[in-house]
Amino acid sequence: MATFEDVVCPICGCLCDDIVATVEDNKIKGVKNSCSISATKFLNYHKHRLTSPLIRKNGEQVPVNLEEAVEKVAEILTNAEYPAIYGMALSSCEAQGLGVELAEEVGGVIDNQTVTCHGPTALGMHDMGMPTCTLGEVRHRADLILYWGSNVEESHPRHLRRYSVLSKGRFRKEREERKMVVIDVRKTASARPADLFIQIEQGQDYELMSALRMVLQFDEIEEESVAGIPVEKIEELAELLRNCEFGILFFGLGLTMSRGKERNIDAAISLVRDLNKWAKFSIMPMRGHYNVTGMNEVTTWQTGYPYAVDLSRGYPWYNPGETTFVDILRRGECDAALIIASDPLAHFPKDVAQNLCKIPFAVIDPHPSVTSLVADVVIPSAVTGIEAEGSAYRMDAIPLRLKKVLDPPSGIYSDEELLQMVLEKVRSMRG
Amino acid sequence: MELLIKNGVVYDPTNKIDGEVMDIAIKGNKIVDKVDEFKAYVIDASNKLVMAGGVDLHSHIAGPKKNTGRMLRPEDHYKDFELKTKVKRSGGGYSTPSSFIIGYRYAEMGYTTVIEPANSPIKMLHCHHEFRDIPLLDKACFVLFGNNWFVWEYLMDNKIDECAAYVAWVLNATKGYAIKIVDPGCVEAWKWGDVEFLDILWGRPETIDEPVPRFGITSREIIRGLCKVNKRLNLPHPIHVHANGLGTPGNYETTIDTMDCVKDLAEEDRPIMHMTHVQFNGYGGSDWVNLRSGAYEIMKYVNVNKHVAIDLGQVIFTDTTTMTGDGPFEYRLHRLTKNKWTNADVEVESGAGIVPMHYKRSSSVHAIMWTIGLELALFAKDPWRVFMTTDHPNGGPFINYPKVISWLMSKEARQRILNKIPKRARTKSNLESIDREYSFYEIATSTRAATAKILGLKDKGHLGVGADADVSIYDIDPKEIDPSKDYKKIRKAFSNAIFTIKEGEIVVKDGEVVKSIDGRVYWVKPDLPSDLMDAMESELSEKFEDYYTITMENFQIPERFVARSTPIPAYYG
Amino acid sequence: MKGFKATLLTGRSLKQGMGKEISKTSDRYKESVSICEVHPKDMEDAGLKERDVIRVTTQFGSVIVKCVPSDHIPKPGIIFIPYGPYASALIGMNTNSTGMPTFKGISAEVEPAPGEKVLDIRQLLTNLGR
Repeated sequence: MATFEDVVCPICGCLCDDIVATVEDNKIKGVKNSCSISATKFLNYHKHRLTSPLIRKNGEQVPVNLEEAVEKVAEILTNAEYPAIYGMALSSCEAQGLGVELAEEVGGVIDNQTVTCHGPTALGMHDMGMPTCTLGEVRHRADLILYWGSNVEESHPRHLRRYSVLSKGRFRKEREERKMVVIDVRKTASARPADLFIQIEQGQDYELMSALRMVLQFDEIEEESVAGIPVEKIEELAELLRNCEFGILFFGLGLTMSRGKERNIDAAISLVRDLNKWAKFSIMPMRGHYNVTGMNEVTTWQTGYPYAVDLSRGYPWYNPGETTFVDILRRGECDAALIIASDPLAHFPKDVAQNLCKIPFAVIDPHPSVTSLVADVVIPSAVTGIEAEGSAYRMDAIPLRLKKVLDPPSGIYSDEELLQMVLEKVRSMRG
Repeated sequence: MELLIKNGVVYDPTNKIDGEVMDIAIKGNKIVDKVDEFKAYVIDASNKLVMAGGVDLHSHIAGPKKNTGRMLRPEDHYKDFELKTKVKRSGGGYSTPSSFIIGYRYAEMGYTTVIEPANSPIKMLHCHHEFRDIPLLDKACFVLFGNNWFVWEYLMDNKIDECAAYVAWVLNATKGYAIKIVDPGCVEAWKWGDVEFLDILWGRPETIDEPVPRFGITSREIIRGLCKVNKRLNLPHPIHVHANGLGTPGNYETTIDTMDCVKDLAEEDRPIMHMTHVQFNGYGGSDWVNLRSGAYEIMKYVNVNKHVAIDLGQVIFTDTTTMTGDGPFEYRLHRLTKNKWTNADVEVESGAGIVPMHYKRSSSVHAIMWTIGLELALFAKDPWRVFMTTDHPNGGPFINYPKVISWLMSKEARQRILNKIPKRARTKSNLESIDREYSFYEIATSTRAATAKILGLKDKGHLGVGADADVSIYDIDPKEIDPSKDYKKIRKAFSNAIFTIKEGEIVVKDGEVVKSIDGRVYWVKPDLPSDLMDAMESELSEKFEDYYTITMENFQIPERFVARSTPIPAYYG
Repeated sequence: MKGFKATLLTGRSLKQGMGKEISKTSDRYKESVSICEVHPKDMEDAGLKERDVIRVTTQFGSVIVKCVPSDHIPKPGIIFIPYGPYASALIGMNTNSTGMPTFKGISAEVEPAPGEKVLDIRQLLTNLGR
């Protein structure tokens, strides 16, 4: 029996790095320090696996050998006019870098799950910048912690305990020294630990943030309520924000997916910027997938842009709304796709998913997904962070090393190795 | 492979070669005494300028704030892009170029070694990730220590040995190269948004003795302490200091105080402190209206005090992106310019900020800044201690180096700009009255020989036998050209080397990258008594997780994750 | 039994998070994403009981799911479906030039659908054209 300490959890943007995994007979027998989602993954990742490469022939997926599958993927990409490589928020930075290189080689679009999570956050950042900090800063200093449109308890179960309200910091040792505010349309599980829960009308975040900014500047609001919240309550909240020493605004998809999208982020950043006149105030997006931050970092240092990069012109071009994977599918321009560690058929709007079904596409994934069930080629991969090592970036952009705690099933390779094979095959086909 | 560069006009200040026509022989990746002319690949360098590959000791090329700068500014990439070729990856960006492009553009200018000057220890893996994707350059990274709680606690207890052991441990764990100190004390205060304290420290000479709230340590104590640590560890590069009060009128006095605060620690005639991007710390006057150059006073000090070296941080009139570990400065710049602003405080140890900036010739303040950088260089008596930089991209993108070289080499080139800047700016500095023009020998010193020397990279920056075979050849005949008049030719020649040779391979020909190879990453591996290390480590492990949100094990970067890892030993004592 | 109008939200849930870690083809995943959280008062008004089959329709599509009462729902007129292929059937593809479809805050109609069957994931895919 072997025990692995300081294992980095490959689930969410918290990237907890204190997981202890016990391994026996090349199986994980137990984990410590894991949240419920993490434990579910560590203890079940080996069940329900893709076991053999598959190619879809006459509507049926039939097992093939790896070489044939890699060749087929390369063929699909090489024959396309405008292919896309999508996903990898659940993969290593090393694989992500190869994904960018492959997109450049075949002259396509490289995009990732950011498009349907914090894409608007990137757009807001382009407009405004982003005053932020690492999670340790929150732990040591924050006396006001605001979650806006984020159901942290269900999406990032250890966030409160490790980094925020319930953590122990150098300057904040007790729970009583911090105030937690939750603003959401639903009274989610995250409202329970909050000192103050504010239930906002759906789609009115921009209005509430604007009202808060007005109140902070001592402007009068002539309405009785904004976004369903009485003005007195808004004033009370503004006082709370103004009078803290160190505040942090964590925001989730409640802001990015609702009406206003990147304008909501602009407003949130403006609010935080304003608040720095009175207190130290930072803002941080609650990134979901464990390495979606890394995918933005890798894409940015290699191409200059964080996602939705079009390499079909021979140089990087970026215009979200035009070059985003959802939009090139929506317009029916994309004519082939390689999906890595992602499940767009489950999560894209139905009509976009339908357009993906019209073109040849391949999937690299450790597990069967909605998308893999009907893919033209499927290549099983190792589970990054359990069966393959690599780097990942936490939601606050701290890089960590994902560990390999045991071997993948025989004949199964990591995303990094598989992408290298595809890249070489593409190069040899193109001559 | 063998290579022979024949009949070049060679400038190699390290070996006191000043424009001599001679051959340079290369075997493998080293300069050798001679090679067989009939077997070697011969480059005819007759009437061409030959120097060692350029060595830049301060350029923000990799790591979290560089990348956040890219993310912040898509508009910086739209117009300035490069196509994929058979040997090159595509990319783009003017002040925040993507990683591959950084390597190509530097190599095209004849540079072969570039140092990233500021990274947070906890985010060093990010820097190494990007290093892997910067081809053609040897690289190293300085590590931020000036606002580190562990360092402060050791220094407040006067535990220099233990502090040295800690610094050694961090350098080894993160594969860093030198001690960087940025705005000591103020970054911690800014983490509380403590504007009152920061106002005290911004640009007042007595400030380096102001105790940091909640801690009580002063800037002087931090700098002196780390200077002692640096000496104890015998690190190849001295402490690299970004002084307090950057970007504030009147700050030149703080800069001189900061340099002076370690004077008594000097032993030999070599620098124990590198004061960086001094232009930003060289302001006289008391506000933006009466701003004047403080370059004369600073150089008066530097010229007679051999314990310090400086680099310029020259301003270019262009659109650029400022980025620094000095978060509080960037907040002020944001308030001043209203430009978009990113801040990134890092637990326990450091912070950073980013604000786009456009330096305009029509602005008096910007024009005075432009004169200060040049004044620093032109007042310098000893070019071995004054280095040309733009603090890329803070003063301007590095691709503007040839412009700076032409200003240093030609009074006429400077005068052309002086004629176009506001009159008030011209009266606020001495630049117009300076006749000095740099020689090729001095340019080679300031951009290669001297920077390599102060970095402690013995095989860099020169062309003696045993040196690394990093060579640049420019299309100028130093015997013919008058740089004072032909400054446009100087600019053109230094923009595109006709040959850049990296480790004995021709990587640039006629100003174009023809081959891409990976560069080395240098880092320092200090060797300390094991009892000292063990005691420090066990103490550290007790506190580590109280301070950081990652484990001590995960903080350490195994060597196999560093591209072409090249450790350099340092011996304690 | 009668239908009602509502605003649809989609989002993450702990059960969905765990379900996807078991397997996207598992019953547990299907169970976790083929539900619609409804305010108890709406349930009562519509004469719905827990796990009754309902049809949710937006201008973009229609899907059969099971309804569950939830006290997380702030007020009548709001419904919640976890991310997944069932929610996606109801989302439009306009991104307002941002790349991001509107996943939250969509006008929807809910009607009881006794006798209808919640499709399994295979059948949903057939509807997508594969």
